[in-house]
Amino acid sequence: MSIQFPLEQTAVAVREETRLSFGEEVLKFARTKPLGAGGALIILAMIFVAIFAKTLAPYDPYWGDYAAQFVRPGAEHWFGTDEFGRDILSRIMYGARIALFVGFVASFAGCTLGALLGVISAYAGGKVDLLLERLMDILLAFPLLILALAIASILGPAVHNVVIAIAIPIIPRAARVVRAAALSVKENPYVEAASSLGASWHRVILQHILPNVMAPYMIMLTAQLGSAILTEAALSYLGLGAAEPTPSWGLMLSGSASSYAEKAPWIALFPGIAISLGVFGFNLFGDSLRDILDPKLRRKG
Amino acid sequence: MATYLTKRVLLIVPTLLGVAAVVFVIMRVIPGDVALLILGGDSAGQIDKAQLAAMHRQLGLDQPMLQQFGTWLWGVLRFDFGTSLWTGRPVVEELIGRLPLSLELAVLATIVSVLLAIPFGVLAAARQDTWVDYLIRVISIGGLAIPSFWVGILIILLLVICFGWGPPLEYTAPWVNPWANFQQMVWPVVTVGYRYAAVTTRMTRSTLLEVMRDDYIRTAWAKGLAERTVVIRHALKNAMLPVITLVGTEFAFLIGGLVVTETVFTLNGVGRFVVDAVAHRDYPVVQALVFLIALTFVVVNLLIDLTYAWFDPRIRYR
Repeated sequence: MSIQFPLEQTAVAVREETRLSFGEEVLKFARTKPLGAGGALIILAMIFVAIFAKTLAPYDPYWGDYAAQFVRPGAEHWFGTDEFGRDILSRIMYGARIALFVGFVASFAGCTLGALLGVISAYAGGKVDLLLERLMDILLAFPLLILALAIASILGPAVHNVVIAIAIPIIPRAARVVRAAALSVKENPYVEAASSLGASWHRVILQHILPNVMAPYMIMLTAQLGSAILTEAALSYLGLGAAEPTPSWGLMLSGSASSYAEKAPWIALFPGIAISLGVFGFNLFGDSLRDILDPKLRRKG
Repeated sequence: MATYLTKRVLLIVPTLLGVAAVVFVIMRVIPGDVALLILGGDSAGQIDKAQLAAMHRQLGLDQPMLQQFGTWLWGVLRFDFGTSLWTGRPVVEELIGRLPLSLELAVLATIVSVLLAIPFGVLAAARQDTWVDYLIRVISIGGLAIPSFWVGILIILLLVICFGWGPPLEYTAPWVNPWANFQQMVWPVVTVGYRYAAVTTRMTRSTLLEVMRDDYIRTAWAKGLAERTVVIRHALKNAMLPVITLVGTEFAFLIGGLVVTETVFTLNGVGRFVVDAVAHRDYPVVQALVFLIALTFVVVNLLIDLTYAWFDPRIRYR
């Protein structure tokens, strides 16, 4: 794939590349990665709904109207009502808040902690590296959902506990990826130059290593977002996430949802669509982001 | 190969010790006293002090932490995981009764997923950036996005609405009544298998695309070989290694899938056992199951590494 450009022409191309404004950057992304742009749209819509849930939701998500149990989807209640007469559309809108909150906080906390451990491990090397690596190996021996389940069972059902339970299994996964990237960054001459100029270790890490492992960090962050939302739904479904009457998507599917199969299948239908659509959006976006940020793939073009 | 094997097997010993330690520590930071739970009281404190102390002694909770860990570890080595607080039966006995169902589900789901994933992955890669590729990619990304418990719920909804079918409660082994077993297992297998297949399809596609860029594939094309021969005989063979690894590492997905799927379909397997134990705060059972699942996971990963080394001589001589 090596087409030889005359030198000036390459220089022009590079300059043009860097001159792209944010708007142009977005347009370029939408043109080259239509699937990723679709994912971004879904995410934006989800964020919009979560922020303006109060204005958008037609009903109070907690308020049960016993005169209106199991109302079919229609003009009154677009997505119908559940066994307590609560409006499902409103609950899904408020549920977006919980899904996004848990997803963002858990994957941000897990990836950031993991990335810091990974960079420290790579930079320090020797015994520190060996110890941290073994510790991460041990944590990796637990399947994600099982570790989250065990942690959630100890902390008890509450939204902030779910965040912790989901963040902890992410730490070793992020640490491993970022460590690998930091190891190769560490070998660069500019890092050696900085060290020999007398830069302190935290200066080397903060100024020279961290900025260069941002790509794998961002890839990890977006990849974990979707899976964090999915894990939250699974934990809530199993009764270890948010407790009733919190409008969590997973919780809306648990227990009663399948027992009213004949009477009110919509109870089980719409929250599942919400989860799938949300996670689908994050996965599509994350995939395209990886294609752009991963230097290995980029070189292959 | 022999030295490589010994090295790899020896390396998992410290990992397993660490796993045991982590499980032990996690279960010991449970807020609330297990002895109180067993005696049936809550934190209200209606329990006789002497009785409580006796229970502590019986459970060994009055001993120093390190000694407790030692006792537990010794038990693990002899396959003695204690007694379930909920049923009062030994954990191992409870487990053996539930293992066949989960094993059958896991094995069938893996087979189904591989049978789906490889043809579709190959097709997507061979027809890259066409509508076939897009369709397969959307379906497989969808498989990662759709929670498996919801797939299960939807299947139950459909079966109940269309056929008035309810999931049977008692597990029938395939050698007892193959037809009853099939009816019971087919939907859970589809539920778990779809998600698993989604992951594997994506991996097959991307590794195959990578291999297709190699020089020897260009040579194969230049020789004028048919597309079928180039893709299947030359490219697929070399793309299979990462896929084999993935089928192993995604075993974690499978276990997570078992936990939720068995709950949805009310199947009395190991996954359901975990959920029930967590719900009942049956700590010996949770401790044993989490440890055993981690152990299985470590052993499966070891086996995968060894297969990898078997197929690719470059690895074992490193």
